[in-house]
This record gives sequence, C-alpha cells and structure tokens, in this order.
Amino acid sequence: MRIILHIWRQKHRDAPGKMVRYEVEDVNPHMSFLEMLDVLNERLIERGDEPVVFDHDCREGICGSCGFVINGIPHGPLRGTTVCQLHMRHFKDGDELYLEPWRARAFPVIRDLMVDRSAFDRIIAAGGFISVPTGSAPDGNAIPIPKEVAELAMDAAACIGCGACVAACPNASAMLFTGAKISHLGLLPQGQPEREQRAIAMVAQMQAEGFGACTNVAECEAVCPKNIKIENIARMFRDFITASWTRRPPVERLGGAG
Amino acid sequence: MGTVDLDPKVPPGPLAEKWDHHRFSVKLVNPANRRRFTVIVVGSGLAGASAAATLGELGYRVELVTFHDSPRRAHSIAAQGGINAAKNYRNDGDSIQRLFYDTIKGGDYRSREANVYRLAQVSVEIIDQCVAQGVPFAREYGGLLDNRSFGGAQVSRTFYARGQTGQQLLLGAYQALARQITAGTVRLWNRTEMLDLVVHDGRAVGIIARDLVTGELRRFSGHAVVLATGGYGNVFFLSTNAKASNATAVWRAHRRGALFANPCFTQIHPTCIPASDEFQSKLTLMSESLRNDGRIWVPLKKGDKRPPNEIPEEERDYYLERRYPSYGNLAPRDISSRAAKMVCDEGRGVGETGYGVYLDFSEAIRRLGRRTIEERYGNLFEMYERITGEDPYTQPMRIYPATHYTMGGLWVDYRLMSTIPGLFVAGEANFSDHGANRLGASALMQGLADGYFILPYTVGDYLASTKLDRVRPDHPACREAEESVRRITARLLAIKGRRTVDTFHRELGKIMWEYCGMARNARGLEHALSKIPELRQQFWEDVRVPGENEEVNQSLEKAGRVADFLELAELMCLDALERDESCGGHFREEHQTEDGEAVRDDERFCHVAAWQYQGPDQRPIRHIEPLEFKYVIPTVRSYK
Amino acid sequence: MTQVREPGPVVPSAASSAPSGPGAPPAAARRPPVRPGPQRPAPLPIEFWRSALGKKWVMAVSGIVLLGFVLVHMIGNLKVYLGAEAINRYGEWLRELGEPALPRTAALWIVRAVLAGAFVAHVVAAAQLTALNRRARPVGYRSPRDYVAANFASRTMRWTGVIVALFVVFHLLDLTWGTANPKFVRGEVYDNMVASFRRVPVAIAYIAANVALAIHIFHGAWSLFQTLGWSNPRLNPARRWFAAGFAAVIGIGNISMPLLIVTRVVG
Repeated sequence: MRIILHIWRQKHRDAPGKMVRYEVEDVNPHMSFLEMLDVLNERLIERGDEPVVFDHDCREGICGSCGFVINGIPHGPLRGTTVCQLHMRHFKDGDELYLEPWRARAFPVIRDLMVDRSAFDRIIAAGGFISVPTGSAPDGNAIPIPKEVAELAMDAAACIGCGACVAACPNASAMLFTGAKISHLGLLPQGQPEREQRAIAMVAQMQAEGFGACTNVAECEAVCPKNIKIENIARMFRDFITASWTRRPPVERLGGAG
Repeated sequence: MGTVDLDPKVPPGPLAEKWDHHRFSVKLVNPANRRRFTVIVVGSGLAGASAAATLGELGYRVELVTFHDSPRRAHSIAAQGGINAAKNYRNDGDSIQRLFYDTIKGGDYRSREANVYRLAQVSVEIIDQCVAQGVPFAREYGGLLDNRSFGGAQVSRTFYARGQTGQQLLLGAYQALARQITAGTVRLWNRTEMLDLVVHDGRAVGIIARDLVTGELRRFSGHAVVLATGGYGNVFFLSTNAKASNATAVWRAHRRGALFANPCFTQIHPTCIPASDEFQSKLTLMSESLRNDGRIWVPLKKGDKRPPNEIPEEERDYYLERRYPSYGNLAPRDISSRAAKMVCDEGRGVGETGYGVYLDFSEAIRRLGRRTIEERYGNLFEMYERITGEDPYTQPMRIYPATHYTMGGLWVDYRLMSTIPGLFVAGEANFSDHGANRLGASALMQGLADGYFILPYTVGDYLASTKLDRVRPDHPACREAEESVRRITARLLAIKGRRTVDTFHRELGKIMWEYCGMARNARGLEHALSKIPELRQQFWEDVRVPGENEEVNQSLEKAGRVADFLELAELMCLDALERDESCGGHFREEHQTEDGEAVRDDERFCHVAAWQYQGPDQRPIRHIEPLEFKYVIPTVRSYK
Repeated sequence: MTQVREPGPVVPSAASSAPSGPGAPPAAARRPPVRPGPQRPAPLPIEFWRSALGKKWVMAVSGIVLLGFVLVHMIGNLKVYLGAEAINRYGEWLRELGEPALPRTAALWIVRAVLAGAFVAHVVAAAQLTALNRRARPVGYRSPRDYVAANFASRTMRWTGVIVALFVVFHLLDLTWGTANPKFVRGEVYDNMVASFRRVPVAIAYIAANVALAIHIFHGAWSLFQTLGWSNPRLNPARRWFAAGFAAVIGIGNISMPLLIVTRVVG
C-alpha cells in the first residue's frame, strides 16, 4: 500500500508550524498506524531529516500517551480505538491523510504531533482523588458496593486521559475527562465525603486551564477510545450544581490541644 | 568501588514476626523534622507513585521524576489480570502462609523467604488501601469484592477491575500522588529523564536528569533516592513492555556501584498476540486470565494448515492438559511458554509464521454461554480482534510467548536498599521477591507493597539513623555526574553514522531472543557474548542520531537507552552462562529431564548472583548472596 | 549550555524558566504553572455565574422558561384559526390576567419581565460561553473537519440562536409595538396578524425564523436535560423524542400561521 501523509511539523512551542507532505510506500496492512509512522521516521532519519515527533508508549491502547487527529477525527476513523491500535488495514492504497496535533489552548504543541497535556494532571490534582492516608483504610469488604454502581464507576474510571475528547470538541472542552473522574469517584461510597468539594474544585481548575464549555454535541463521546459516555458530564453538572447551591461558607474554626 | 556488603539484613525472629520486629526496630523521624529531608523518587508507576505519595503524606519533601508526560502513563497501567492478596474471602484455603509458599515455589526457590513472607503479609492491606482510594474492583451481586483464580494458583485470591486492573491501581496511586502535589509535599517533574546517579561519600545523594522538552540537564540533590523505574524487558526489542520502558536509570546506578542481581531471570509470558511481520514494534499481551476458560492446543500432525475449525477433536493436541493434568491450561508461565515453544519447534505451530498456538474458547462458550464469556473477557476479545482482524468468538485465538517481566534487577536488602547506601529500589526495578519466576498478579502486589508499606518505613529508618548533610546541586559530585551525562550525549550526537537507533535495537533483540530467551545453552550464550560487544562497538561508531540536545529529540532518548541495553544484554548473557542450572524463567537446555522439565541445582546455585560493574568493557565481578530456606523445603517444582 | 539551578518550585507540572545560553531555543520553555485550588471566593450567584457550568445551567433554566413561553404563545396564537373574536378575546384576557388581585396588565408585565430576563440571561450566557469557547482553541485544524456525532442542530446553535434573537426584535416591532407594521392597530390582534403576514417577504421571514427556532429547540430541548444532570440510558430515548416532538409542534404550529395567511387560506 502507498499512503500519502500531510503532517503538522512544528519545531517547538512558539515556532510557526506547517503541514508537510510525505509519501510512505510499501505499507503493510497489518501494521499499526504508529508502526507506519515508525517506518516513515526510519526513512526520514536515513535521508538526514528529522523524524516526526509524537507521543506514544504502551501501544496497547491503555497508557493514553498517543493520539493525534487523522483527517479531522482524533485517533482516526475507527471508533473506540486509540491510534496505536488502529491498523492500516482500515485504509486504502493511495489514501491521503492529514495528521494534526490536538488543538486547544490548554494543550500547547510541544513539537510536531506532541502536545502538553499537563492541564489534565492539574485538574486531577485539584480534587480528583479520595483523601485516604496510606494505612488508614478499613477492610476492603467493609462497605458493600452494588455491582451496578461498581460497574458504572468502572465505566467512568476507564478513561485513559488521552485528550481526544478535547481535541474533538468544537469548543476544546475538557468536560468529558473531568466529568468521568467526578463520576468515577462520586458514584462510589468512598467518594462521598469529598464529592461536592471535588466537583467545585475540579470544575474551577478546568476553567482556569482555558478549556471551553460543553455544547452537548457529543463529539467527545464518539471519538473516545474508551467509550466514555456523556452521561458523565451530566453527573458532573448534577454534582456541581448541588454543591454550588448547598455549600456552606468557609468557617474558620480555631484548633488547639485538648 | 569499595568492599561489597551483600548482607540482606533480614531481621531476627520467626518468619511471621520479622516484619513486625523490623517495624519496631526502625528509627523514626520526628514529624517536624521530616520536611527537612528530600527524597528523590524516579518513576511514577505503581511503586514510584505509591512511594512518593506515602512519603509525601508522611511529611518528607519528595521530588518525583518521570520521563512520561504524566505519572499516569507509567507501564503499570497496562497490567490486565489482577492483583493477589491473601484475603481468603473465598474461604478456599488461602492464607498469608499459602501465598508466601506459592510465591516461593513459583519463583523456583530463588527468592528470599523473609521478603516474600512480608509481601504476603502486606498484600492484605493493599486491597483495603486501594478500595478506599476508589479503585472500582469487580464485585459480586451482594456488593462484596469478587475474586478469580489466576495463573498457576489453586485458590481464588486475585482481585481485578475488568481487564484493566493495573490501570485502576495506578490511577489510585496517581490520585494519591496528585493529592500530595496539591498539598505541596511532592513536586512533579514530568518529561524529565534520569540519566545518572550522584554518589558522594559512598551514598546516593542525587540524580542528574534531562528535561526532555528543552534538553536542559537538571541536578537534583536529596537525602535518599528511590528508583522505581521498572524492568528491562525491552532489551529484547519485541516485548510486551511499553516502547519507552528502559533500563537506563538502573543501569547508570549500576555503573555507579549498585550491584545488579540475577539479570538473566526474565519472564516470558505465554499468552501474547504473535508477531505478524518485520515492522512489528511491540507485542501485545493478552491477560493470562484467558487461560481460565480457554484451552490451548495445536494440531497433532506437523504442518497441518487446515483452518482450526476443520481440525477434528481427535487430531488436536491439548498439550498442557496432557502433560500437566492437575494444572492443565493454568500451568505456570515459564512452563506454558516453553511448552508452546517446544510444539512450535516441532513444526506444529499455527498461523502464517508457524509461531503460535491456539487458545480456544469454543468449549467454554458452549458450556457458559457467549454472554458469560463476554462479561469475563469482552474487552480482551475486542482488543484481539482490533489487532488481528480475527473474531475470537468464532475462531480460536492465536497466541505465542513474549518477554514480559524481568525478575532480575538491582540487588536490594530487606529494606529495599541497594549496595549504595541511600539508594532504594522498588517494584520491578529491584530483584527481590519473585525469584526466578513471577506468579501472575504478583507484580502489582509487589509494586504497591514496596511503595505504600515498605519504603515509607525503611527510607525513614535510613534518614533517621544516618547523619546526612545535604549535598547542594553545585557540589562537585553533582557537577561531575552532569559532566559525564553531557559527555555521553555529545558523543551520541557526534557519531553521525549511517544506521538508526532502532536497527541496532532490533538486532540486539534478535540476538537476545535467540540465545538468551526462553531456552538457553552455553554455546548460544557464548556466541551472544561475542556478538553483543561487536554490535555495541558498531553502535558507537555508526549510529545516527539526528537533531540536537536542546530540543525534543526522541532519537537521542532512544539512543541513550539502547546504549545501556547493549551493556546490560551482555551482563544478562554472562549471568545466564554462569548460572549453570535451570530454574524458573531461566531454562538451560543442558539441565532438563527427559520430558523437558527444568532441573535445578540447589547444591551450586541456591543463591542470588549479584554483579559488580568494573568499568567499560571490563568483566564484572560476580558476588553471591546465599539463600537459606528455613520454612519451605525446596522440592522439584511439579505442576503435573 | 545549561544552568546550575535547583529544581524550580512548581506545582503541579514541572516547569522551568527558559534555559539560557547559546543554542537553547527560548521558545521551548515550558508553560508557567497553574496552581490548582478554589479561586477567590465571591458571593454565590457571582461565583456560580463565573463558572462555565453555572452559565450552562442558567441557559438550561432560562431555556425552559423560553420553551414554556414559546409553547403557550403558539397555543394562544393558534386561536387565529377560530376567528378574529377568539384571538382578540384571548389578547384581552392576557391583559386582564390576575385581576382583580392585580391591577390590569400587571400580571402580563410580570410575565414579560420574567421572559425578558430569561431571554437576556440566555443570550448573554450564550455570548460569553461562545467567547470562552473561541478562546479555548486559538489555532484551528487545518484539515477539513469530519464530524462523527454532532448533528446539524447542535453545530448551528449559535446561528439559529442569532436568527431567532433578531427575529424576536422584529416580531416585537411588528406585532407588539407595531412600528414595523403600517396597518397596526392596538388590540386588533387578528387584523394585525393578517396584515403583517400578507406581506410575502415578512411571511418568508417568519417561516425562516421558525425553522431556525425549531432547529434550535431540537438541540436545546434535548440538551437542557444533560445540563440539568438528567441523563441516563433509560431516559435518553425519551429526551430525544421530547425534543423532536417539541421542535416539530412549535415549528409546524408557528409556520402554519404565516403560511396559511400568506396563501390566503386563512383571513
């Protein structure tokens, strides 16, 4: 197979970028998309050019490192699949593909197809956790959790943090990512004590990072490699609104020994 | 390189009380003083993230360094099957004692009793901790935790979260870490790769790391260093490890004096998707849990190219069930892997390449219904179909072994401290608990045990019991280490040869898979030992690393890692050659029974081999830590 | 080439100042850190409004109010088919609503105020969110965009919204204040409608605006459940039907009037 690629090349964060055309001959249909790029890179290096930079690691669709936009669709045309698990058998000989990085203010391009997604880490750091000091946990079976609830939490927790939802959203919104984490922890009994504070803090951080707002077009859900549902965004809204209207003002209570 | 002290420092007392004894004997750091100590943690997988989170929570200042863009990307995330714990929720005869025994036996009697017992003890707490963090483990309809039996265990002690247990446990640890980042106790340095260890006065006092975005070298100084940088399976090029998994951090620590233990102990995982072509960049593991319901077979006849569904029952060879009637398809990893290799070498392998065996679910689908199978393995089946384009519900999967885990690693004592005081090693990066072979669902357990429950005590003990002056980043030792890193980088960039890094890596991988893979022999290893230095020399003469240091340069990153693999590979072969016995994942063809079972040599090799670096192209020195078995009597490991 | 420095104190992403020295691309410096945590507290409504989620909620709630209005307004106007007397009496009833507890037209003005408030809130929130969303992607995609799930309605909310807003202004000028209707006579609802819709361009404008309104409702009436947090697989088909049905009823009902009047079937 022969594939024609137009790839976004940008040397560093503040450099101007442009689409550059490459042709890759002898593409084997069993190759994964990234293996095809590996081949391109090997050839680029051999002829003295700089290889295309892209994030990738596990190549099993779970680490969330990889991801770029292929012809306008994050992770490419196959649903429920990261680009590392996308195989060339889904393309035709002579296909012309446009590869671009995730584009969002909150995800600055580092180089070529590599973007900085640490905004996601900061959203999690704002409250995407359950405060449980090591060693203080009760027995694992102390709190039964209905199977259905555990499954729903797992559906949300399956998020790999790749950022495709942001890339796909016409508004570069991170609500699917944030909603999934708020849902995951908010569904479980262990997550209840911090549920409201978590929603408030994570939503605030999401906005501070410069992500857009949801317009419910559900594009995120469609491209999510882990099929995270926009139902999670609804749960985030629920938690956020309840928390906003019921939160008490902070009261300073003086501490002291005894 | 001073004298080598391989005292494991196992606490006195009966086995079951050693950890308690140790916890009581450690010196504690006054809470108010903890913030004066800086601990550098390298790696953000299960071990690194949990250690950093817990140390931060205790009040130490933690610098967490990871080459990933986020701590959540570490390769622990890819573990599918589950995590063991001796909870005995099933009432099926499990206990701490039994988990200990199974692990020792599974490791083919090449691990330290005290460490393994402690691992079994804290396994129980890990589950509690993870549940409290919000890890959505699978549950029964009654709301209690579900368990399954896994890879060679006869009790159901494995906890799981669909086929994404590693992901969920890592997210739990990552979230605990995120909490500490917000609390200000942990500082996160992402896209920052450790390239050297700073040793001063015989102690680990810092690291040198490269900012992978700007190329800037940073000197980190602290009072202790924790390496939790994972295993070195990528020395084989094709493995189930993530593409960036590497040995650079441990290898450079090794070059600074940390002994490397049992490098030849690598684990081959029996259930991976076979390689399809030359361009294959990595192998994908299918969870071993598949073996609970799938039956493994090959055609009885050589070269039988009929489609699997047309091969009648009586012309199939369910070789694991035949050879190991009591364990059958659940025989331990090394045994299953070798059995697969054996049938393929006989010419009975399946698939285009002939390197594959069938894993067949048709019987299970008939017995349990498609729905049940979908519930248990749905996402794994989907993944298989995505990669191969074949539907495992209607035709058997093809699987083949692949390198998966490395039991070897930096030598550590009971406190997880290496031979360099102040340098702790956790998770897959150390050699400790799995002996010559790791049981399924035990890697997650060990990573979290080390990070959550062991290091917080032992690091504190080191900090409290040692008079430490903080070495500033402009100390000559730091500057010397930085210089040395800069020299390596400059040298790699200056070669400007003809071959790409990957071509060297592939070539090395082929040598290693051929001669130091599933089965090894003296001749092959000697051959490899002559080939690897040649390849290394070629590498340093002819590698082409485009670009510069002061930018994102993935070729440069790879080059540094492959350079280290080229040295480590030689040590692995050397260790494999010296260990003139078969045990666990290390199978020497010279030492097998008539029907191909491994033959251990407890007289000569009931020990840990720890190698001391002697300089470039110098033969390292092999040291020995004898292993004593007081509670479990080594027997021939039989899964018949 | 590199600086001697202690690790930079940044939370949570590792950031550093730009490396100095020759060869170092200053541009590759990492972005400054954002410290997580709650922002400066403000009074509840302000804080709520500041959040994009709060604005979305305001849009959903004001959307419900406007949907209710649109429905009642349509039902009232459909009396045009019952003849001049029926609709004129309805118009009069609106002014008398609430009597004798309230003075004449008081209730009407209260309703108008609520509607105006909802309308303004809806538009302002939409405008601010649009601005936020534009800022969120300063550099767009170069390649043509393939939408996977987004439908026409959801992608064109801003345009249909603007069309409807402009139409509302015209509609008020036309049939409430009469400025845009030379034959306007206060209180003569039936005659005013007929006079206005007999003008072909006006009828076309009314029809076009109501098509836009129906499209807007098709997404809005579905979307508001999501924003209010009511989304689950059992409810969702009903949401879709509700939105489609609502849009169809409003669209058909509202379009029928100018259409039947301009074609002289009615009036």
